Amino acid sequence: MSLLHLERVTRAVRLPDDTILPILHDVSLSVSSGERVSIVGRSGSGKSTLLNILGLLDNPTTGTLHFDGQDVSRLSQRRRDRLRGNNVGFVFQQFNLLEGRTALENVLMPLMYSHGREFWRRTRIATEMLERVGLGHRLASLPGSLSGGEQQRVAIARALVRRPRLILADEPTGALDLETGNSVMALMDEIVHEDGAALVTITHDSAIAARSDRHFRLDHGVLTSETLVPVAAASALPAAPAGTAAPLNPATPAGTAAPLNPTTPEATA
Amino acid sequence: MNGFFAGIVGAFSDAAQEVRVHRGRVLLSLVGVAAAVTALTVSMAFADIAERTVVEQMETYTGRPTTLDLTASPTDEPRIDHVERLESAWFDVMKRSDITHATRDSNASARMRFSDGAQDVQLQLVDQPYAVMRHLRMLEGTWFAPGDSERLAPALVVSRNMYEMLGSPDLRTHPTIVSPGLGNARLVIIGVYDGPIYEGMPPEAKILTASFRQVAPEKDVLTAASGTRYQMWVPQDIGDELGKRIKQSIAGALGDGFLVEVYNNNQGGMDPSQDPTVIFRLLSLGIGAIILTLGALGLVNIAIVSVRQRVREIGVRRSFGASTGRVFFSVMMESVVATVVAGFVGVMIAILIMRIPAVYGIFTGGAVGTGAPAFPVGAAVTGMVAATIVGALAGLIPAIIATRVKVIDALRY
Repeated sequence: MSLLHLERVTRAVRLPDDTILPILHDVSLSVSSGERVSIVGRSGSGKSTLLNILGLLDNPTTGTLHFDGQDVSRLSQRRRDRLRGNNVGFVFQQFNLLEGRTALENVLMPLMYSHGREFWRRTRIATEMLERVGLGHRLASLPGSLSGGEQQRVAIARALVRRPRLILADEPTGALDLETGNSVMALMDEIVHEDGAALVTITHDSAIAARSDRHFRLDHGVLTSETLVPVAAASALPAAPAGTAAPLNPATPAGTAAPLNPTTPEATA
Repeated sequence: MNGFFAGIVGAFSDAAQEVRVHRGRVLLSLVGVAAAVTALTVSMAFADIAERTVVEQMETYTGRPTTLDLTASPTDEPRIDHVERLESAWFDVMKRSDITHATRDSNASARMRFSDGAQDVQLQLVDQPYAVMRHLRMLEGTWFAPGDSERLAPALVVSRNMYEMLGSPDLRTHPTIVSPGLGNARLVIIGVYDGPIYEGMPPEAKILTASFRQVAPEKDVLTAASGTRYQMWVPQDIGDELGKRIKQSIAGALGDGFLVEVYNNNQGGMDPSQDPTVIFRLLSLGIGAIILTLGALGLVNIAIVSVRQRVREIGVRRSFGASTGRVFFSVMMESVVATVVAGFVGVMIAILIMRIPAVYGIFTGGAVGTGAPAFPVGAAVTGMVAATIVGALAGLIPAIIATRVKVIDALRY
């Protein structure tokens, strides 16, 4: 059974002049545990809206969204919040670390919304998570004193600290240079794989997209599957079965994978 | 249940962290609240202390509620055996009714020898419980102790002006005064009581009724005794009933030939439970409330601006599982935590203000030795409660704004 399943989802918003603006058209998507999926699209193609829906922050106008077999649109706001807190981790382009809070406090934050053992042992859990992303020595550092790559690693630690089953990465390397971006992605791939979570990356960088097992393209609210695999990443199986993806994509050891790939049409995006 | 506790602890620590991270802003907004709470608490404390002072002064003159005042005058010429019969009947009644606080109260005057010549001293003849029944405050030394009536040299508690006329002697040296009016008895001054003094006031002193009777000439004893008021401090709820019963039993015990009256200070005349400071209290409460409202408006203002700035942060928290309820509670608790701290500071400042001698002197009339009146707990509690309510109300508007944040929009732009 798939972890996340969108069936003919549409989303439309009502504009102030009472016209209806459709944003997503008939989107169907299935993501299984351990799978890495990328979605590329230009600005204005509906990526945010899709992210909202995938992250259980918004309900589709029509169509259904199942998370772990549960019909999310039937859940109350409160249960959706809880489901999201327990199962979804976000990594943002602008990191979105909380200002004035140390790295540790930032990673603690999602645990504040947990309960039981996870809540009462939160400091130890958060410390271990930061150690895993190689920031065990920067626990008390404020975001302002961390480099971009370190900030994104804190953000990854924060996204993964509750061991979510789905990671949503929204342009995770958009604010990083190429090399840092690649090392951050490698780290995220590794941890996501170790934890067996599904990773959905929204990006317009084809090199980042190439790290995924399956590729989608969002254009004017229409989601299409792309079977084309970048040449340089061809050694990775184009349609790897769920959960079998290599921990470290052999084709991209240090970010050399097709930064400009002539065969991928989305490279222009 | 577990989740509930985690939620509460989490929300509180969120709020505390928020206050710590934004301490500059929080501090600014809270100066206003602290000042407002100080003003409210001080005005409440003023009203409280003023009320207490007025009530105490009133009770000094008329006795605490309820004080029953028994008089029994013989219809013919007073004789010493009248006094004996009356007092034995009175003692009987008190024993039967379990009255623990009672005093005789009468006046006499006696000539006493001061260093600059003899003078008449106005004596008030009382019993030991008098000080408690009338809120008598001692400036120096002590009030009569039980058993003092058996002293060979009768004890005397003198007024402030008499103490000064005696040259303010050290009471530890047991100063004495000789009274030609009381058969040249040597009286020991054991204490000085507080009370109003005025220009040209005669020296005054209080002496135990029993001591006076031991040393005074019989005619003076009779004169004083015939004007005696027998006062009993009884529970308020049974005062009326008890008054009637005492009147009946005394009249019955004395038989004809006596006019027995029991006056209840809680009915007719001045009723100490009628609060004469109510206007002052309402006025100060009103002013305090206005100041507090201004402080709250400042707080709301800053809180709304800061929530608009923190939209991104709220979006991040929401995306990591914070429910709208939790965000609402956190933003509101932040305001409450901060105002409770500010309220505490405000109350502390108020307490310090009320300890300034020039301030509490207004109530004590500048009397030496009495010190600052105790800070009314009610005023402190009111201040803290007001601060908490203001915090909750001021947190409400930004908290509602916080719950309306569109998460992804907040995060992406």
